[in-house]
Amino acid sequence: MTRFLASFWIAFTLSLAPAFSITPDEILDDPVLEQRARDLSANLRCMVCQNQSIDDSDAPLAKDLRVLVRERLVDGDSDDEVIDYLVSRYGEFVLLKPRMAPHTFFLWASAPLALVLGLIAIFVTLRRRKPSERDAIGGTVALSEDEKAKLDALLNKKAGS
Amino acid sequence: MIVELGHYALVLTFALTLIQSTVPLWGAVREDDRLMAIAPPVSIAMFFLVLISFAALTIAYVTSDFSVVNVWENSHSAKPMLFKITGVWGNHEGSLLLWVLILVFFGALVAYFGSNMPSPLRAATLAVQGWVTAGFVLFMLATSNPFNRIPSAPIEGNDLNPILQDIGLAIHPPLLYVGYVGFSITFSFAVAALILGRIDAAWARWVRPWTLLAWAFLTLGIAMGSYWAYYELGWGGWWFWDPVENASFMPWLAGTALLHSAIVMEKRDALKVWTVLLAIFTFSLSLLGTFLVRSGVLTSVHAFATDPARGVFILVLLCLFIGGSLSLYAWRAPLLKQGGLFSPISREGALVLNNLFLSAATAAVLVGTLYPLALDAITGEKISVGEPFFNLTFGPLMVPLLMAIPFGPVLAWKRGDLLAAAERLYAGFGIAILAVLFTFWLWGMERVLAPIGVGLGVWVMAGAICEIWTRVKPREVGLKRAFERLKGLPGAAWGTATAHFGVGVTVLGIVTASAFQDEYVQTMKPGDTVNLSGYAVTFDGVAPRRGANFIEDVGHFTVRQSGVVIAEMEPSKRLYTARQFPTTEAGIHTVGFSQIYLSMGEGRPNGAIDVRVYFKPLVTLIWIGCVIMAIGAVFSMADRRLRVGAPKPSAKRSPQPSATPAE
Repeated sequence: MTRFLASFWIAFTLSLAPAFSITPDEILDDPVLEQRARDLSANLRCMVCQNQSIDDSDAPLAKDLRVLVRERLVDGDSDDEVIDYLVSRYGEFVLLKPRMAPHTFFLWASAPLALVLGLIAIFVTLRRRKPSERDAIGGTVALSEDEKAKLDALLNKKAGS
Repeated sequence: MIVELGHYALVLTFALTLIQSTVPLWGAVREDDRLMAIAPPVSIAMFFLVLISFAALTIAYVTSDFSVVNVWENSHSAKPMLFKITGVWGNHEGSLLLWVLILVFFGALVAYFGSNMPSPLRAATLAVQGWVTAGFVLFMLATSNPFNRIPSAPIEGNDLNPILQDIGLAIHPPLLYVGYVGFSITFSFAVAALILGRIDAAWARWVRPWTLLAWAFLTLGIAMGSYWAYYELGWGGWWFWDPVENASFMPWLAGTALLHSAIVMEKRDALKVWTVLLAIFTFSLSLLGTFLVRSGVLTSVHAFATDPARGVFILVLLCLFIGGSLSLYAWRAPLLKQGGLFSPISREGALVLNNLFLSAATAAVLVGTLYPLALDAITGEKISVGEPFFNLTFGPLMVPLLMAIPFGPVLAWKRGDLLAAAERLYAGFGIAILAVLFTFWLWGMERVLAPIGVGLGVWVMAGAICEIWTRVKPREVGLKRAFERLKGLPGAAWGTATAHFGVGVTVLGIVTASAFQDEYVQTMKPGDTVNLSGYAVTFDGVAPRRGANFIEDVGHFTVRQSGVVIAEMEPSKRLYTARQFPTTEAGIHTVGFSQIYLSMGEGRPNGAIDVRVYFKPLVTLIWIGCVIMAIGAVFSMADRRLRVGAPKPSAKRSPQPSATPAE
């Protein structure tokens, strides 16, 4: 299977073999804008790569996108506007963090859902144990009325005989 | 001739798997000793046959026999000998052969060392192992045969992908395979237990060493792959949440859960049904990983064309093994009696919590990996699920888990006292708080989460030390006695503490390397210097150089700290001539646990060059932590309690009974 890993790496690295992503000439002079561009880039997918952000990829497309993001930022777009623009142009595929929407609801809910379901399962399993067993963990077992009566009967019988 | 011999041995192996997967099982069900006795010798014979196969392929590689398709496609006469040998498993067919070799090796180990197991369990386990072997050998023979010939042999081979011509990637697959295949053993044990309808604490004790072994190797394998990506891919990332990484990470998460639930089963005879299910899931996730990567469902425009026949074959195998074992589970699991009651606040409770969070994390990674495929298949919509998603869903699940780690080992079995446990951890908590304050002082208030992350890592590390400390009680018993008690601690206690310490180390490395990394991207002319994190990195120039099967441009950089030269670094850009394939070799200099990372990009006129320089504080802790975790697993395996039926245990017992720790 790791060879599978390896083959993936091959595929994965084809695009980035001379790995060098962001190049100095792309960097904006304004450090605040540049930081915003970097943060945005980390969430945008290089669409010809396998699961790589445009910030990490050196594919020509990634470079184009990096430049595009910076152009929009320089023109005064907000982060959301840049993202909306890219989604309108390339589809949601470009987002490494999918939008919360009906079609991704299960995706986003999966982790909390698994946690909650697990908790419920544990709770139910603990509940399903007989009450006497649950008490037994505590070390002291309270006698039920029925048991008390039986015990009394036994003790009385002993005392009587 | 040798190649044909290897081919023939592989076909013979398949014939033996058919015997292996039926006769001993029939014997186990009928309780016929003669039929069951077939399993061990057949297992050992299978191992030697596959060994012959593997040796044959290796010889073909070493002698550069390009009449074999596989060798022609993946080797080159000018390749260094080391990479000729590692090239055997640097491709699909050869790696499957290695996979099967390890599989039958483990089977042979169970056959050889399993004489203290009840014979029905051993026979059934080996039979199930036989099914897995049969499936994979058939897969090889039908779709991925490494021994196919070319009628007229070419003069030269196509060379191995240069990205794979690296010692890191050469040992990464064998490590990972031992992990995957180790989990096939626990899977076989689980299925055998279901078939026999019997499972007890002794079963857990037989399974646990295999789980530990598999887990240790998987941990090392993942760490190795991560470090390889870090230095070879050249932009300093070490984890990408890529489907193929996730494919190895999911069995690791499930295997970690299995490791912990098996403890409960062994010690307290509880969580049986769950442990069996986890054993099935863990191996199923390994198989799922195979399917994901091999079938081509992840194929992007850049991915290699994958053969759909292989994908369908693996899908069928996947359905048979996962579907079959889960059906068997649904049918037979009710037979397994649950035992061992415990209150929620107890060691068992803590281990259940561990399982809850690890399972939820596995689910998160699984859904995140499969969701885009499913959505694409159902609605045709294409979405990407990448690092930001996993950071948001997986991350929060890890935080409570990490916070809880130190509590687990200091809680009592059955019914614990949280307050008493907390008392034992005061010191650790204090150290963690100090670490948080220190980080704030060092880096300022800019990033609030990072110091808390540092605190979390230190908390887990300190918690592990606290555990050993409270077991030894040096203040109460004096130093000399404390040392004796330290020596008397069971291997499992050392294993737990060491592995948990390793987790803390890795967390610390991840947090510091991600949050406090210093990065510098610039075009540098010879003589230019950049300053980062107190180091001055000067670019001296680029010179060409020639390797065995590549040419490269080597950059020369000098690193100075307060004017004193502390290192010279030589990152390079290589061109592998056989495939005209360029690679980047990063320059890495380690300072303490931190690293300076240099990678070169485009050359510019006048000898200038684009350079990316990083300072990655404590980054090596990420992988050192993994190694520590694996060492922890080895300590646990060394615990003599796990050597079931070890002869004359009383004779081996330490002479001073007082040396056993109070618990």
